[in-house]
Amino acid sequence: MTARPAPPLSRRLSRVLVYLAAILVALYILAPIYLIAVMAFSPRAVVYGYPKPLLPTQISLETISFFINSYGILDSVKNSVLVAVFTLVISLAIGAPAGYALARYIFPGGDIYRILILSTRAFPVVILSIPLITTYISWGLDDSALGVALLHTAMALPTTILVTSSIFVGVSKDLEEAAMTMGCTRAGAFRRVALPLALPGLAASAIFTFMLSWNEVFAAAILTLQNQTLPARLIVQLNQSPIPFRFAGGFFILVPAIVFMLFARRYLFSLWGVKLR
Amino acid sequence: MAEIRIENVRKEFGKVVAVKDVSLVIPDREFIVLLGPSGCGKTTLLRCIAGLEQVDGGRVYFGDRDVTDLPVRQRRISMVFQSYAVFPHMTVFENIAFGLRMQHKPDVEVKRRVQAAAELLHIEELLARYPAQLSGGQRQRVAVARAIAYDADVLLMDEPLSNLDALLRLEMRAELKRLIEELQTTVVYVTHDQVEALSLGDRIAVMKQGEILQVDSPLTVYDRPAAHFVGSFIGNPPMNFLPARVIDGGAGLTVGEARLMLVGEMADAARRVGSQEVWLGIRAENIEPLTGPGPTTLPGRILVVEPLGSHTLLTVRTAEAMIKVNARADAPFRADQPVWLKLSADKVRLLDKTTGRAL
Amino acid sequence: MKPRRRANLEPYLLLLPSLAYLAVFFAWPMVQAFGLAFRADDGRWTAEFFQRMIGDAAFWPALRTTLILVVTIIPLQFILALIMALLATAGLRGAGALIYFYALPIAVSDLAAGIVWFSIFTERGYLNTILQGLGLLERPFIFLQYGATWSLIAVILAEVWRATSIVFVILVAGLQGIPKEYHEAAEVFGAGWFARLRRITLPLLRPSIQVALILRTILAFQVFAVVVALTGDGVKVLASEAYQWYSQWRNLNVAAAYAALILAISLLSTVIYLRALRTRTEALTV
Repeated sequence: MTARPAPPLSRRLSRVLVYLAAILVALYILAPIYLIAVMAFSPRAVVYGYPKPLLPTQISLETISFFINSYGILDSVKNSVLVAVFTLVISLAIGAPAGYALARYIFPGGDIYRILILSTRAFPVVILSIPLITTYISWGLDDSALGVALLHTAMALPTTILVTSSIFVGVSKDLEEAAMTMGCTRAGAFRRVALPLALPGLAASAIFTFMLSWNEVFAAAILTLQNQTLPARLIVQLNQSPIPFRFAGGFFILVPAIVFMLFARRYLFSLWGVKLR
Repeated sequence: MAEIRIENVRKEFGKVVAVKDVSLVIPDREFIVLLGPSGCGKTTLLRCIAGLEQVDGGRVYFGDRDVTDLPVRQRRISMVFQSYAVFPHMTVFENIAFGLRMQHKPDVEVKRRVQAAAELLHIEELLARYPAQLSGGQRQRVAVARAIAYDADVLLMDEPLSNLDALLRLEMRAELKRLIEELQTTVVYVTHDQVEALSLGDRIAVMKQGEILQVDSPLTVYDRPAAHFVGSFIGNPPMNFLPARVIDGGAGLTVGEARLMLVGEMADAARRVGSQEVWLGIRAENIEPLTGPGPTTLPGRILVVEPLGSHTLLTVRTAEAMIKVNARADAPFRADQPVWLKLSADKVRLLDKTTGRAL
Repeated sequence: MKPRRRANLEPYLLLLPSLAYLAVFFAWPMVQAFGLAFRADDGRWTAEFFQRMIGDAAFWPALRTTLILVVTIIPLQFILALIMALLATAGLRGAGALIYFYALPIAVSDLAAGIVWFSIFTERGYLNTILQGLGLLERPFIFLQYGATWSLIAVILAEVWRATSIVFVILVAGLQGIPKEYHEAAEVFGAGWFARLRRITLPLLRPSIQVALILRTILAFQVFAVVVALTGDGVKVLASEAYQWYSQWRNLNVAAAYAALILAISLLSTVIYLRALRTRTEALTV
């Protein structure tokens, strides 16, 4: 028996280079996250100090607790969560039915609607916050969590519609029809068959919407004065704040993002692989 | 258990007319097969019967019930889908029980009837599993069990065997036939596979471009196609069609140089139409290949010899057309050899040259 | 017998709320933005706010910087994202983890990204620590100096770091949609790796590239929090000026003028992309 011949040296060499490149890019992405984590878990003296440690020599919660106990931070976290929950509920309540309609029905105007939704991507949504200020004052929505959430919904809605539509396309129409042949109403077939099957995808879409809202800075900073979300509060205070406050704050916004990616990983491509048409 | 009556049913998708004013009566407990090539409207017609499509015209009756405007769930149908549509988030048991649960049947009865349906399809040991753990064939059985567990007036099947591999399809076909004979229910079965249609149906409705061309028993459809299309779609090989001419006011027929005498109903038909150009249709097994000329033979030359075990299929070129002929398996034919074809006069069909309809 | 032809209203009823919502919270504010930017309080049309915006000392630097950022960040991102996508689909061991890591910054906010890179570029930060540790610097260098080129480079690095993932994911999704047979066929006909990339992969990836390009460019014109977190007001961009005019000087009209400008150049860039890519896709379908 002879051993399988080894691939030629040039092949092996290029394989090594490919791995090397992959690792280098991964380092570029992971190293900054690692470094800010080191800062967040170092005592304040180290955070102020120089040179900075590349390894976490002294692990401490001092910096993080300093940040959390700073005036207004907990309130702004509460606001952030409130805004994000409003946003995901409203955008799912409005977006999922539209996505379902796109997935299930062939009807005149469907293509126009789809193009309309796609074309919203050509607009810089964030700047909508400036004209909305006056509208909100007249509606009594200024400086409110709901007001911010309504704008975040406008930002998230087109994506929610397209994503839920692709989720419902993935649940075969036959399944709902089969339920209807066995005594379900249209709505019953949706509730008993389509909804449970679409649920994981819808949840991923909801988490994504939550993150979009949690991360959004510009509109939140413009539309609020007292009831700021966490990013809005941070951006306003940032340049007058001590270094530990900044680093802990940055790390604090980052953590849910990493957790989100763990949950939504399986759905990443169905969430973002949405193509034009 | 009900008769299905379809009156002038029409279904359009935009500009495309999928079903063109079709009328059809399916007697109680009949197994009818809708057969046709893809895009002929057979599945659309089935979905109109099910109520999954709203008809654009005409009525559908089950017995004396007009179901045209009834939603699917009130029609008392059950259906097997081409993709099976077995719910992936429910166990096999819950899948089969689904319709019964919708009717709020007591648990004891649900259990009993699921068990009975599962036994009929030999899937008792799969009841606790989820569809993802099943093979395609097992899923197919679940879909059928689900359809029969449920009280329905009619059973609709949309290409239920087309996603199975060849061997399993053969086995399942026989099993379905036995099962449905036991069930004594009205069945509408859609397929594009003519062998399936011939083997299963009490009657076959052959469809093309949204219209039904012929509804008859399998043997009638095979032997006496009502149209050129039916003859060429059903049977393997398809029916041979030769240009011919009725002569002497219907007394005889010429195909090229050869002259044929007509007998029985075809002679009557020929007399009715008088002298004119027609299509002559004849099946491969009704032509006898001879090694020398006879009084009414058609000369030709063998192009291809295909031994098929039970018999040998010859492709013969004559002056008029290419003709498929069945020869005995041990017949000593070789390619490129001259041959003389003797057509069985009582098996000959005549069709109108322009409309393609049987005379 | 009556002819039955019931138009199915269900889909329209399902779409209606979303249309109404987008009309109120999307289309109407867009119109309002122009109203605020071009109409005085008494309702007459005026270019006054626009002139104030252009006359402001920060305007031209902000416009210039925004454009520089767009034309540097977008190409860098596409090159990097393509490399990442090719690496992630090269069938390496551990590709699952690789995709996860590469996609991670998708969920990172621009503010967090700015702070993270601030920890690197600040005077007492990691970059100086490393450079000095390697003996390349005698004493810490001030990268984030007011208006310095290094500030801009820091912003570019941070933005490329944060926002390349989205392009990466779109490209990977596109790559996965290209049947393997095309590559195999090309290989059979003698195309090398680079020829396959240029003649097969990239042309078939065009729809994905188009989406990602439009998406990213629109977002790049709105770049804001990264810049503020990294440089304070050391680097000015259009969005940060809009924010300043509202939050510092309470001038909604000039802020709206900035918004209208961002809107206009965003739409212009989309039109250019669609034009430029359409002619080529038509050539492709022949």
